[in-house]
Amino acid sequence: MTGADLAFWTLAAIAVITGWRVFRTDSMVRATFFLLTSFVAVGAILLLLAASYLGFALIFMMAVEMTVMALFMVMYMMNPAGLNPMNMIHQPGTAVAAGVGVGAVLAAVALWVPFPHSAAAVPPSDPIAALGHELLGGSMLVFESAGVTLLAAMIGSVVLSSRAGRYGAADEGSLPPGLEPGGEPAGRRPAPADGGHTHMHMGDGTGGHMDMAMDRGGGDGSGDHDHGGHAAPGEGPA
Amino acid sequence: MTLHTLLLVAALLVGIGVYGALSQQSIVMLMMGLELLLNGLLLAAGALWALAADFTPRGQLLAIVIMAVMAVEMAVGFAVVVAVYRQRRVDTTEGLDTLRG
Repeated sequence: MTGADLAFWTLAAIAVITGWRVFRTDSMVRATFFLLTSFVAVGAILLLLAASYLGFALIFMMAVEMTVMALFMVMYMMNPAGLNPMNMIHQPGTAVAAGVGVGAVLAAVALWVPFPHSAAAVPPSDPIAALGHELLGGSMLVFESAGVTLLAAMIGSVVLSSRAGRYGAADEGSLPPGLEPGGEPAGRRPAPADGGHTHMHMGDGTGGHMDMAMDRGGGDGSGDHDHGGHAAPGEGPA
Repeated sequence: MTLHTLLLVAALLVGIGVYGALSQQSIVMLMMGLELLLNGLLLAAGALWALAADFTPRGQLLAIVIMAVMAVEMAVGFAVVVAVYRQRRVDTTEGLDTLRG
C-alpha cells in the first residue's frame, strides 16, 4: 500500500464517518462542522487526484458556506449547542430504506460496471492552466451560464429574504389587496398555527383598506388575533 | 485508490445524503443532506475525470457545474428559510404542508 493509498483510505473514512455523524449528533452547530470536515476530506481526495483547482475551490467554498450555516443554526434552531438530546426525524423507515437503497444501487454500479480506463497514467503538467484555457475557450458558454445562474440566485435570494415584502413587511403578515376594492385579500391566508403568528388587521379607518400594504398587523405572536375588521360595515370612508 | 473504490466512497456519501434529506425535520438540516449528496457527486465527477477520462480539461467542467449547483442551492435555500420563517414562524418541514393532498 503506497502513501497515496493510505492517504486516500484515511480521507475516505473521514469523509464517510463525518458525513454520517452529521445526522447523528444532537448539536446542530457540531453537525455543520462535521459536514465541513467531510467536504474538506473530499477536497483533499480531489487534490490527490491532481484536480488541484477543484480541491482548493471546494475547501474554500465550504469553509465559508458551513460558517454561514452554523450562524443559521444558532439563529433559527432550538437546540444549536446540543445541550438537550433531541430527535428531529420524520419518516425514519422510508428515509433509511431510500438511503440504503440508493447507496447499494450506486455501490453496485461502482463495483461491477466496467468503466473505461484512462490511457494517460500521468496528469498533464499543468492541469489548472488547461482548465483555464478550457473555461475561457471552448467551454465558455458553460462557464458563463454558471455565472449568470449564480447572479440570478443572488438576486433571487435577496428578493426572497428581504423584509420589505411585496405587500408590506414580510414578518407582519402582509396580504395582497382584494380582487375588488374593499374585498377579501386575494392570497392564501396563513392558518392560525399553535402559538403562531396570525394576522391582525388594525382597522384604523385610514383610507378605506384598499391598500393592504398600509397594513401593519400584529407581529407580537400572541396568537389569538384573527383576521377581523377588514371591510367591516360602518368603518372608514370605504 | 482505484476508480471502483472512489466511486464506492461517492456512493456511500450519496446514500447518507439521501437519508439525511429525507429524514430531517429541520429545513436547514435537510439542506445539509442535499449538500452531502452533491459532495458525493463531486467526488464521483473528480474520480471519473482523473481515472476514466484522460484528465481532459472538459471533464472538470462537470465538477464546476456541480459546485455552482451547490452554491445556488445553499443561497436560495437560506433565503427560503428566512422568508418562510418571516411569514409563518416555522423552521421545520412539518410547518409547510400547505400542498399536502
